[in-house]
Amino acid sequence: MDSIILRTAARYLMPIFLLFSVIILLRGHNAPGGGFIGGLLAAGAFVFYTIAYGVAAAGRKLLVAPYTLIALGLLVAFGSSILSFFNDQPFMTGEWSVLNTPWLGKLHIGTPLVFDAGVYLVVIGVTTTIVFSLAEE
Amino acid sequence: MGIITSILSGFALAFIAPVLYRFGRGATGWIVAMLPLGLAAYFSSLIPQVCSGEVITESFRWIPSLGINLSFYLDGLSLLFALLISSIGALILIYAGRYLSGHPCLGRFYLYILMFMASMLGVVLADNLITLFVFWELTSLSSYFLIGFEHDRHESRAAALQALLVTGIGGLALLAGFILLGQTGESLELSNLLNSGDAIRNHQLYTPILLLVLAGAFTKSAQVPFHFWLPSAMEAPTPVSAYLHSATMVKAGIYLLARLSPVLGGTDLWLYSLTTAGAATMVVGAYMAIQQSNLKLILAYSTVSVLGILTMLLGLGTELAIKAAMVFLVGHVLYKAALFLVAGAVDHETGTRDVNRLGGLWRAMPITAIAAGLAALSMSGLPPFFGFIGKELFYEAGLTVQSAAHLLTGVSMLTGMLLFVAAGMAGIRPFIGRQYILHKKPHEPPVSLWLGPVLLAGSGLACGVAPGLVDTSLVAPAVSAIIGHPVPVKLALWHGLNPALVIGTITVAGGLGLFAVRSRLIKVLSPLSNVVVLSPTYLYKRSLDGLMAIASLQARIIQSGYQRYYLLIIFTVTAALVLYTLISLGGLHGPVNLSNIQFYEAGLAALILMGALLSILTNSRFTAVAALGVVGYSVALIYIIYGAPDLATTQILIETLTVILFVLVVYHLPIFSKFSSVAARIRDALISLFAGGTMTALVLKATNVQFHPTISSYFAENSVPLAHGRNIVNVILVDFRALDTLGEITVLAVAGIGVYALLKLKLKPEGV
Repeated sequence: MDSIILRTAARYLMPIFLLFSVIILLRGHNAPGGGFIGGLLAAGAFVFYTIAYGVAAAGRKLLVAPYTLIALGLLVAFGSSILSFFNDQPFMTGEWSVLNTPWLGKLHIGTPLVFDAGVYLVVIGVTTTIVFSLAEE
Repeated sequence: MGIITSILSGFALAFIAPVLYRFGRGATGWIVAMLPLGLAAYFSSLIPQVCSGEVITESFRWIPSLGINLSFYLDGLSLLFALLISSIGALILIYAGRYLSGHPCLGRFYLYILMFMASMLGVVLADNLITLFVFWELTSLSSYFLIGFEHDRHESRAAALQALLVTGIGGLALLAGFILLGQTGESLELSNLLNSGDAIRNHQLYTPILLLVLAGAFTKSAQVPFHFWLPSAMEAPTPVSAYLHSATMVKAGIYLLARLSPVLGGTDLWLYSLTTAGAATMVVGAYMAIQQSNLKLILAYSTVSVLGILTMLLGLGTELAIKAAMVFLVGHVLYKAALFLVAGAVDHETGTRDVNRLGGLWRAMPITAIAAGLAALSMSGLPPFFGFIGKELFYEAGLTVQSAAHLLTGVSMLTGMLLFVAAGMAGIRPFIGRQYILHKKPHEPPVSLWLGPVLLAGSGLACGVAPGLVDTSLVAPAVSAIIGHPVPVKLALWHGLNPALVIGTITVAGGLGLFAVRSRLIKVLSPLSNVVVLSPTYLYKRSLDGLMAIASLQARIIQSGYQRYYLLIIFTVTAALVLYTLISLGGLHGPVNLSNIQFYEAGLAALILMGALLSILTNSRFTAVAALGVVGYSVALIYIIYGAPDLATTQILIETLTVILFVLVVYHLPIFSKFSSVAARIRDALISLFAGGTMTALVLKATNVQFHPTISSYFAENSVPLAHGRNIVNVILVDFRALDTLGEITVLAVAGIGVYALLKLKLKPEGV
């Protein structure tokens, strides 16, 4: 769509969208949010960019092909289960550790976050795959 | 940790190999071969331990509640197989790197073949039956990829599918057999089952267990009548044929029979089924082998024959027979892998595998010719090769059975003669005599192509001259593991003048005679083979065609291809089932509490209703989408009212994306028009009212029924202490029910790929 307002807005809104989607992903464990919602938001950013600049430009912003993102997401989500295997626990048991960081205080880090990141990537991948293919038509 | 590391390192390297190939190019074969070489060294270092009768086990919990563990068991039998798999694997990788050099998919080839190697190691090292089964299926799967490696050729794909279907069906039977075996023996661990053989043999489920396990082993090891997939599998690149379809994978069935003979063996059923199938296979295989003119097919059918011999020997189950089986197995691996690799080298240099067009190659390829000659002599069972010792033991084992020794010996002699002819045709004939005019001028191939055959054939000679190299270190522990108690094995070339030697000499004489008249013999016998032996292939083809016919018939009936009919069926059936359940459980009675509805709730309901009505009554697509948007956002508002912000956010995002998707496709849609008749619309309206009404009744009922509160309170109480999260919805998604989510995102991924494929493929309509 050839609109200078939309294009300018897309350029500045895109990073904000993406940053916000990561925040939503990270805070999901304690407050509304999570990988699915975050992924949809991030995908929304790319869709927005697609409308403003076209599929080719949006694809370049994505850095990798959408279907690569799907595969990567599945791999990350599945990979989060490896740790439980080496700890001799049932498949996909959440593993946690508490980090004492100088700025953020006590930080709970766990494999469910890795899993959620996988969900995040799959959702972005699937949505952009569908939207890009439709928009290219 | 050693065993699991050895297996996992194979899988790890498999997935790195394609990347490695980008940097290593031509040297990749040598580089990746270092891993199996290292593994072979590791397994060799275990020989003293295993020889002293020790068993090495490792166990990791997998699904302990079902008795399924990732557990490993290494005794003499496992060690022998593991050594063969890793050492031959190294030679094959070196060979393949040169043989397939320049192939656009070579990186992928390393992935497949290393995956196979690791899976095969898993099969022979597994303790838990389910672990064994998983690796077993992985070998079938990697074999499928490898047979179909030249995937742009139809024959390749068909052969790959055939092998997968035949071994896959056998695999399912095997799984059923394993589960029954686990229930009968009250453990899935082989280490426990090996001690409860008597209880299992006397159990009433013994016969089904044995038959199911045999179905798995016979399909994998190409026993008659399942032997036909193996010759077809020769579509695979030659290194694959050498590795999977002669040295290792087809021996998985043999391994399984050997492994389970202390548990299932020793009964009449075992004896008769194994000896019958084995004897039939060895004759049919040898007989088919001499009728081929393709080098690889000669070798493939002779492999079938040897697999039959091994099965028969395991069926006899005497100490002598088991000893013969293990010696024969090692001898066969050495000469057959060598001959396959030679066949590949000959094909590589001359461009043909037709034995009728090959001759006198020894001048051009002397090193290859020597390797081929040594291997062929071992295959013929001539002294001083290891094949000779194996063949002598084989005859001896046949002579000592109690019943039908004459018949068995006769059949064995016939097989021996035919295999002698096959050895001459595949290993000697192409290198001697006059040269034929070829498209390519043959040269000695590079070192990577003759190293494997020379080492393998040389080992066949070395082990024959000095059987002390392998008898106490490798063969004895394996035989002891199968028998169940320590058995001394002392091999020698010269046994004195005994009946086996006489039979062996007669076989050689007969083999020489047959070799001389083979072309006339083939002519006489060829009409017969079309009738008898090809029939399993025919049956396979017919049943596959039948399956396809049923599938397309079923698809024609069920799959109309129109979304409206699918929706119609789904809604009607779902609503009818729900209504039936509601009525049959008395759910339609009872109080319905409609008081304390807030005014805004009623308002939202009205909004949803209006949106829905507008979307079906309007004549504009945009109005319809906007009206549906009203419905969606109102639903999101309901979620917010009832305190489900996650759900509401998701709903809003999905609604937004839906509108965007619609905008993207709206330009491609035809002009808005009404297709359905008034009657159809009335029908649809009735069905939607029915479905909607039923769901309303269900929801009203559900809110009035008090469910058991444990689950939600469990989640609420344990969300923070167990899962470190205060958002219960998210905790359920990524922790408590993470496996469900994993399934869901996988479905999502598949759906995404499906949409991509539908939009990008642009399938032409049929008949165009």
